[in-house]
Amino acid sequence: MDFELAPEVVRYRERVREIIAAHHTPEAVQHQHASGTFNNPALNRALAAEGLVERAVPGLGAGDPIELWVLFNEMEKAGAPLDALAMAVMIAGVVQHVGTAEQKAAVIPAVTAGDALICLGYSEADAGSDLSSLTTRATRDGDQWVINGAKMWTTMAHEARWVILLARTDASLPRHRGLTMFLLPMDTPGVRVDPVHTMATERTNATFYDDVRVGDHCVLGEVNGGWQVMSVALSFERGVMGGSNPGVSLLRHSAQWAHDSRRINEPAVREKLARVAIDNHVAALLTQRSAWIAASGGMPGLEGSMTKLFASEAYQQASRWFQEMAGAEGLLQFQQPGAAADGWIEYDARHSPVTTIYGGTSEIIRNNIAERHLGLPRMRR
Amino acid sequence: MQLAFSADQQVLAEAFGQFFSRESPTSVVRRAEPLGFDAPLWNALGAMEVWGSDATLSDLCVIGETAGHALAPVPFAEHVVVSRLLARPALLSGDSVGAISPREANAQGIWSIVPAGAIADIVVGLDGDEFVAVASPAPFAGPANHACAPLADRDSRSGERSVIGNRHHFERSMSELKVITASMLVGVAALALEMGVEYVQQRHQFGVPIGSFQTVQHGLADLPGRIDGARLLTHQAAQALDLGRVGHNAVANNDITDPHSLASMALLFASDIAADATARSLHFHGGYGFSDEYDIQLAYRRARGWALVLGDPTAERLALANRLWPSAVRP
Repeated sequence: MDFELAPEVVRYRERVREIIAAHHTPEAVQHQHASGTFNNPALNRALAAEGLVERAVPGLGAGDPIELWVLFNEMEKAGAPLDALAMAVMIAGVVQHVGTAEQKAAVIPAVTAGDALICLGYSEADAGSDLSSLTTRATRDGDQWVINGAKMWTTMAHEARWVILLARTDASLPRHRGLTMFLLPMDTPGVRVDPVHTMATERTNATFYDDVRVGDHCVLGEVNGGWQVMSVALSFERGVMGGSNPGVSLLRHSAQWAHDSRRINEPAVREKLARVAIDNHVAALLTQRSAWIAASGGMPGLEGSMTKLFASEAYQQASRWFQEMAGAEGLLQFQQPGAAADGWIEYDARHSPVTTIYGGTSEIIRNNIAERHLGLPRMRR
Repeated sequence: MQLAFSADQQVLAEAFGQFFSRESPTSVVRRAEPLGFDAPLWNALGAMEVWGSDATLSDLCVIGETAGHALAPVPFAEHVVVSRLLARPALLSGDSVGAISPREANAQGIWSIVPAGAIADIVVGLDGDEFVAVASPAPFAGPANHACAPLADRDSRSGERSVIGNRHHFERSMSELKVITASMLVGVAALALEMGVEYVQQRHQFGVPIGSFQTVQHGLADLPGRIDGARLLTHQAAQALDLGRVGHNAVANNDITDPHSLASMALLFASDIAADATARSLHFHGGYGFSDEYDIQLAYRRARGWALVLGDPTAERLALANRLWPSAVRP
């Protein structure tokens, strides 16, 4: 094995770090927490202005494919908001993979300029882990599709230019087969966005689609091929595009708390710091492996799932350890005098629960690993 | 970057995987108990020309994993470290067996509970600030222990003693021992997972294989990602030691390249997953897992013994913390 990054990638990483340092300011963070919108447009544009976003789009081929991981891993380690840009880059990669010339011309320049965001319209109120039971439908009317339904957890929908929407187009086919992915402009008449507020301050949304009429140019990939399109997107998402190293900023804040509270010399504290450092390092290595497989032309679906499972469970464990060690000060929120790590310990304890839920719950991931990696019999339900 | 075995390493993994499954089936592992050493296996391994070859630590970790996977009753990690250090002809031929004491000699000059101490005729370790090698006859006996490992106390001041370095050199050898041991523990963990997956498909209760129950599936599904992570970390540590760079510990940025920190992390993470994988696999074997007749107990005991003979993991974590957060708060 060889863990050395190519010199070109090291230079890319250095430049990404410099730009993050310049734009991921305390003021920007405060604005995100005040607004609930976890995005930093100035940072996205600054990265885009030097072509660093374009280089990372899967399949565009401008840079070493490993740069996709480098970009979002650096953002995540710095604690910069990355999901909005990551979703856009991931979907740009999907469009590059399966989109029409017209879709590529519309989406890719807008995303690589750091301007356009794209949200994910997969889950529904009654279709979460059992996604293929979704009921949003698109029916044919002449040369148009008429879309009706509602989606949950469409984070960034209130800022996004497009949603990629998974809808049932043929109810007569088995559940996974009769689905089609649409690349739908958010300003299409009939689309409505309602906010959903979360425990971790970040705003997500419910989106509603009432007699939304679009032409075939909005179909992404094949009609009734939506599940495959989503698999391409998931293979970019899981493990590769961030979301697998949240423990790094947690550890930085926890070490800060340990110094500030003069508990850095306590063996119980130091042992936990060391444990979290190891878990963070392993999570990064597993993510890097997924990225390497993807960069070598593979589809690291299962490897990415294992990475996400390990990293999110470890992060949740770590956030609990440090909130407990910080005691009452670990309850205090941002801007409160005496708050452990200026409120970050409390924030991580609010944020960590979602990480074993979104992007595939730990249970669904374990089902997949058991059946597809370990070859165990289909489970008894 | 190449985050899988190279073509050469795949050849090594296959050759030594076949060697150990042929020469070290669990009947051989059982035959070697309680001492934990099988002379015919040792001689066969010597004929594979591992010792004194130009193999890198990374390559030796590939072989170490196959040895661990076979629970091989030979002092692979200890002998690798000592033969890389001393390169004496008897070590390179396998006529001598090397051991290294993780503990310093006590006031009387005794190294206690030395791994491979029961079978080694060349033992290295710290006596005060001196890193010494002592040639003396192997006792071929030692205290009965959890892993049926060839442990014994050894005297650092009798026999043919030579000073071979200082604490700094000892640390380097200990990091090599940690990395090779980690690779063997990865092999034990992978073996335990395979045994568990196989058993839960054979064992039927309620008219179905128990491997079709979700609780059983989930208990096993947590393991492969962690085993892969342990293998990656072990090989990163081995590469760092092979390259011989100083490295750094930029822990705030999750950027750790110091070889000694990586070796410590690899040992800790691999010990943890080996302990968990063997415990879960044994549990899913039910009462049979607890019986001597089934092989999972062999893996369970070695997962703990091979790791803990290097010391208390909490102490190792605190030593790691000293590398990662060296600055202390002033009173």
